Amino acid sequence: MKTYTNPVYLYTRPADLSGAPRHWPVIVAGAGPVGLTAAIDLAQRGIDVLVLDDDNTVSVGSRAICWSKRALEILDRLGCAERMVRKGVEWNVGRIFFRDEQVFDFNLLPESGHRRPAFINLQQYWVEQFLVERLSELPQAGLRWQNKVIGVTQQTDRVSVRVTTPDGEYTVQADWLIVADGARSPIRGMLGLESEGQVFRDRFLIADIHMKSDFPTERWFWFDPPFHRNQSALLHRQADDVWRVDFQLGWEANPEEEKKHENILPRLKAMLGDKAEFDIEWASVYTFQCRRMRSFRHGRALFVGDAAHLVSPFGARGANSGIQDVDNLVWKLELVLEELAPQSLLDSYDAERTFAADENIRATTRSTDFITPKGQTSRTFRDAVLMLAKRHPFARRLVNAGRLSVPAVLKDSSLNTLDTGSFASTTIPGAPATDAPVSGSHGNWLLDYLDQGFTLLAFGTTVPADAVTALTRAPIPVAVVQVGAPAAAGAGRIEDRDKLLAARYDAQPGTCYLFRPDEHVCARWRSFDLARVLAAVAHATGQTAIAEQEAA
Amino acid sequence: MSEHKTASSGISTLNTDINIAAPDDFYEELIELHRGLSDEQSALVNAKLILLLANHIGDAAVLREAMRAAREDVA
Repeated sequence: MKTYTNPVYLYTRPADLSGAPRHWPVIVAGAGPVGLTAAIDLAQRGIDVLVLDDDNTVSVGSRAICWSKRALEILDRLGCAERMVRKGVEWNVGRIFFRDEQVFDFNLLPESGHRRPAFINLQQYWVEQFLVERLSELPQAGLRWQNKVIGVTQQTDRVSVRVTTPDGEYTVQADWLIVADGARSPIRGMLGLESEGQVFRDRFLIADIHMKSDFPTERWFWFDPPFHRNQSALLHRQADDVWRVDFQLGWEANPEEEKKHENILPRLKAMLGDKAEFDIEWASVYTFQCRRMRSFRHGRALFVGDAAHLVSPFGARGANSGIQDVDNLVWKLELVLEELAPQSLLDSYDAERTFAADENIRATTRSTDFITPKGQTSRTFRDAVLMLAKRHPFARRLVNAGRLSVPAVLKDSSLNTLDTGSFASTTIPGAPATDAPVSGSHGNWLLDYLDQGFTLLAFGTTVPADAVTALTRAPIPVAVVQVGAPAAAGAGRIEDRDKLLAARYDAQPGTCYLFRPDEHVCARWRSFDLARVLAAVAHATGQTAIAEQEAA
Repeated sequence: MSEHKTASSGISTLNTDINIAAPDDFYEELIELHRGLSDEQSALVNAKLILLLANHIGDAAVLREAMRAAREDVA
C-alpha cells in the first residue's frame, strides 16, 4: 500500500510465562476497533484491563470505513474522535444510479447544532492505530500482541484464559472476559457456542484504490450499471485519496480469480473511465452474513461486536454497533466490579444489545434483499422502484442501497422508568442523548456534560443544595447539571446558548432528564423529586428487581 | 354488512364492493396498457402500477388485506 504502512507492534515476553497466574478484573480478547474501545473505556474508569491479540498490527485493508455520529460521540467520551474527524472525510450527499442514468440524489442534511456529523469515512487501520495510541496513554491497560487465546475455562467466581505466545503458553485469570475476537470468534467455538442466521448466496469484490480524482466526496451507488451489467457497484471516498470500490459478483464467482489485480483492473477502468489513474491498494472477496448469538452473555464471558452479531455491510452497522455494545456494557461492568450493582445487571446488556442487533440485522437484510434480489419477481419490483424513483419522490423512499446506522432506541428496556408526565420530545427513555449547543465551563456541547456517570439535567428550577449533595454523594453518584438557572453548590451549570436544548427535550422549568453513563435517557419528569431520581437510578442499575425478589 | 367499514372501530378496511364507475372501461384500459409488451415488460408495468396504487392507498392495514386477498386461492 502506498498511503499507509501497517505499524508492527512489538511482542514482549510476558512475565506470566513463569509463576502463578495473575488475576485481572477484565480481560479483553481481540484488539480490533471494538475490543480496543472496550479497553479504553475500562482503563479510563480506572479498571485494570489486559488486552490479548494474536496479531501484531492493525487491520490490513480499509474494512470498516463509515463511522456514525453515535460512534463518534462515544469515541469523544474516550478521547479518540477528534483525531478521527480531522483525518477522515465528511460526506452528506449520496447518488443512486440505475443502468445508465442517475435516478436521484439525497443529502443526509445533518441537523445543525450537533458537534458531530452524520458520518465520516476513515479506513479502519487509521481508527485502530488511533485507538492503540490512546490506550497506550492509560496506565491501567496492558496490551499484549502475539498473545493468542487458545482456551477458556469458566469457574463460578472467575474465568481462566490459556494463552500461547512465541515463548510458550501461560494462564491468566479474570473476573470477566470480554470476547471481541471477530466474526469467526475462536473463543465462541471454544465455549461450544454458535452464532445463528443466514448467509447470502452472493459474493462481493471490495477494493481500495488510490486515485487523484475530482470525483466529489459522495456515496455513489449503481444498480445494473453499463460497466457491470446485472450487478451493483459502490464508490465511496476515504482519507488520503483512497477510494472504496465494491462490485457485486454473484454466487458463481471464483473469489481467488476475482481478487487478482489483472482481473480487477478491467472492471475499474470500465467504471472510472480509461483516463483515470489509480493504484489498487487492497482487495478482498467476501460473502454477506446476518447472524447473531442467541445470548451475548455466557456466565463471565461477554460477547461484543462481530463475535456476537454479524450484519451485511450496506448500512455501516458492523463496527458502529460494536462500539455501541461496548458503550452499553462497560459502565455496567464497572458497577458490578465495584459491587454497586448485581451481576444480573449484565443480563440487561444482553437484552438491550440483542434488541439492537436484531434491528441492525433486519435493516441490513432488507438492504441486501433490495440490492441482490433473489428471483425474477423481486428483481422486477426492484427495477420498478428504481424506474419510478426517477420521477416520483415516494419511490425514492423505497430504494434501499443501505439504511445507514442509527443508534437503537431502547424503548422497552427494563432499565427505563416509565414516563409519568407528557413529553413531545423524541429523546424518550431508552434513547441516546440528543446533542445540542450549550455554553459552560467544560465545553460547548451537551454531551460534554454527560460523561461523568449518571447525570441529572435539570431545566430552570434550581435543584436544592441538600438534594444535590444527596445525589452527588450517593453510592452510585449522580452529577447534577442545571440549565439556565442558578446551580446549588456541587451542581454544574450550562446555558442553552441557541435555545435548541430546551426545544430538543421539550423542556419547561422544572423538567429533569436522567441519563445513564452511556448517555441514554433512563427517566424524565416534569418536576424534580429526589426520591424518584434515586429510585430511577436503582431501577437503571438492576437493583429494584433484587429488592422485589428479596421482598417476595 | 359492508366489508370496508367496521361500524364500531371506524378503521377502514379493504373495499371489495363495486367501486369503479365504469368497470368495462377500466378493464379494457388495463388490457390496453399491456398491448405490444413482452411478458417481461408487462411484469414491470404491473409492478410499477402496484407500487403507484399502494402508495396512493397508503394505509398499511388495507394494503395487507389486499395482499392477503390477492394471495388467496393461489398456492
